[in-house]
Amino acid sequence: MTEAALTVEKVAVHFGGLVALSDMNFSVGEGEIVSLIGPNGAGKTTAFNVVTGFLQPTRGAVSYRGTALNGLKPHQIAGLGLARTFQRTSVFPNDTVYDNLLIGLHRQSRVSFLDSILGLPRARSSERRLRERAGELVEWVGLERRGHDLAGSLSYGEQRLVGVALALAAEPSMLLLDEPVSGMNASETHTFVQLVRNIRDRGVTILLVEHDMPMVMSVSDRIVVLNYGRIIAEGTPDAIRNDPAVIEAYLGQGAARA
Amino acid sequence: MKAAVGILAVVALASVPLWLRDPYLMNALITTGIFIIGAMSLNLLLGFTGQLSLGHIAFFGIGAYVSALTSLGFDVGLPFGLRIVHIPWPPIAGFVLAIVVAGFCGYLVGLLSFRVRGAYFVIVTISFAEVVRLVALNWVELTQGPLALTNIPSITVGLPGLGDLTLRTKLQNYYLVLTVAVVTYLLISRLVHSHFGRSMRGLMENETLAVSVGIDVTRTLTLAAVISAGIAGAAGSLYAHYIRIIDPEVFAFINTVTMVIMVITGGKGSLAGPVVGGLIFGLLPVFLRPIMAPEAQWIAYGGVLIVILFILPRGIVPSLALRFAKPPKPIEARAPAAFTERDAKEHA
Ligand SMILES: Nc1ncnc2c1ncn2[C@@H]1O[C@H](COP(=O)(O)OP(=O)(O)OP(=O)(O)O)[C@@H](O)[C@H]1O
Ligand SMILES: [Mg+2]
Repeated sequence: MTEAALTVEKVAVHFGGLVALSDMNFSVGEGEIVSLIGPNGAGKTTAFNVVTGFLQPTRGAVSYRGTALNGLKPHQIAGLGLARTFQRTSVFPNDTVYDNLLIGLHRQSRVSFLDSILGLPRARSSERRLRERAGELVEWVGLERRGHDLAGSLSYGEQRLVGVALALAAEPSMLLLDEPVSGMNASETHTFVQLVRNIRDRGVTILLVEHDMPMVMSVSDRIVVLNYGRIIAEGTPDAIRNDPAVIEAYLGQGAARA
Repeated sequence: MKAAVGILAVVALASVPLWLRDPYLMNALITTGIFIIGAMSLNLLLGFTGQLSLGHIAFFGIGAYVSALTSLGFDVGLPFGLRIVHIPWPPIAGFVLAIVVAGFCGYLVGLLSFRVRGAYFVIVTISFAEVVRLVALNWVELTQGPLALTNIPSITVGLPGLGDLTLRTKLQNYYLVLTVAVVTYLLISRLVHSHFGRSMRGLMENETLAVSVGIDVTRTLTLAAVISAGIAGAAGSLYAHYIRIIDPEVFAFINTVTMVIMVITGGKGSLAGPVVGGLIFGLLPVFLRPIMAPEAQWIAYGGVLIVILFILPRGIVPSLALRFAKPPKPIEARAPAAFTERDAKEHA
């Protein structure tokens, strides 16, 4: 494993009496694809919310590339290069796909407020660059034919792609994907796996939460398994496939979703 | 097409004094214009960030008082035997100071309220307006309290080649207000179409997603509040130098309500909305006055408001724009489950 990009240390999250995460420790190396799996309610989304600043942990610490994330707000964490998608579809529904990406390119705009109000040449050329970039992103996730439709009118799978494009717009160095292929059909899923690999090949570290086991097994370098807020196993896809504790956790829950 | 409508509207408005000689109507148009500027500033918050400022008149009133006091001068005692003596400055300096001071107050209110979302901003703005009204009422040495500040000088502008021109007549004030209104409109238009405007849009549509792409909520909303308050302050300054007398009644809640009604009927979140709504509710009293007592007029406003919103629920401008737009592509009936990440919101 290369040096760690993301480190989660002794993180616990309590909701009143409910322990959603207890003493969670794991790390993700630079350029790795790591999957976080586990039955429903295991605490995967909670872990994402802690890492991206939407939730303050009850205990423990998270750091990214040496910066402690505790106490930082979500937009500040985004500013450090950590981008995420959401489990439920999340787009700007009343804007076109293209305009969604322009909003998502927020961090890429380098013009000052006054420049853009006065419409100075600097602001205009920056605006032109953003529009080009938005076009590229739309193409990259394969939505060029939907670019001018309202994001809210897209199919479920397409909205998930918009979500990924939005996260990519921030030019992250690490991307957290929360069940990205749920709601996608087989061919969409296949395309998506290619997309994830492409993203990683550009040097982006990836943390993936997903219930689609064939996809997880094929795309991950390493897998972390969570059950009732605890890590019960960690290792390569092959090791995880044969781990008795993992099989037990999934069978105990009813293997339906696995 | 849109630009052509805009230019036509400005030309039409600019021609009004050429054929309208009635001083009463001219007066109504000028005060309406001033209130439209206020309504445009309110719309920047309400329509483009979704934050309702129910004390918006505070910024207007602060602008009026700052501008009046700057141009009248004052001499007040402070604790510890200090005194501030201010020699009158030209009204145009008052206009600039009105924008700066009102904008700063917008900053303070934003700072106080935008860390927590929801009804907080509404409450802070209402309270702020009430506090400012009480100060204006009770700090008699500075504001004359209920006796009002009187003899406020008219605005003087330096015209290149023509020297200084003092805007005393209704005709001159009409063009002054029209000019400021057009500049305000263009400014807000620039703003909402800029990078900053997209951040506001994103926050209003899906805050969780917006912050996840790096948009700073507090900063964006506070900046919007500063600009909005500054514009309201400019409107207040115009008001003070046109009416030439102001008292604490300027802070009355009903004045905020009037602006809110203008924005809602015209269409919040549309640039032209406050202008259309403002013209209707600014000029309605003119037509109702001969036939109704002032109290009955308020009921009539309510009636007009209800009728308009019943027929055009999004407000006049957006509803008409939808109606006359090319028939939109049918939106897929199968609406996706939820647009926002409720989980994350609940956690946050
Ligand atoms: N805001 C909250 N308040 C109280 N309990 C919560 C809250 N958010 C999550 N939980 C609980 O914490 C536990 C972990 O939830 P989490 O959403 O992290 O699970 P998950 O692993 O993402 O599940 P799924 O696969 O269904 O998405 C669950 O028992 C859930 O009910
Ligand atoms: Mg989840």
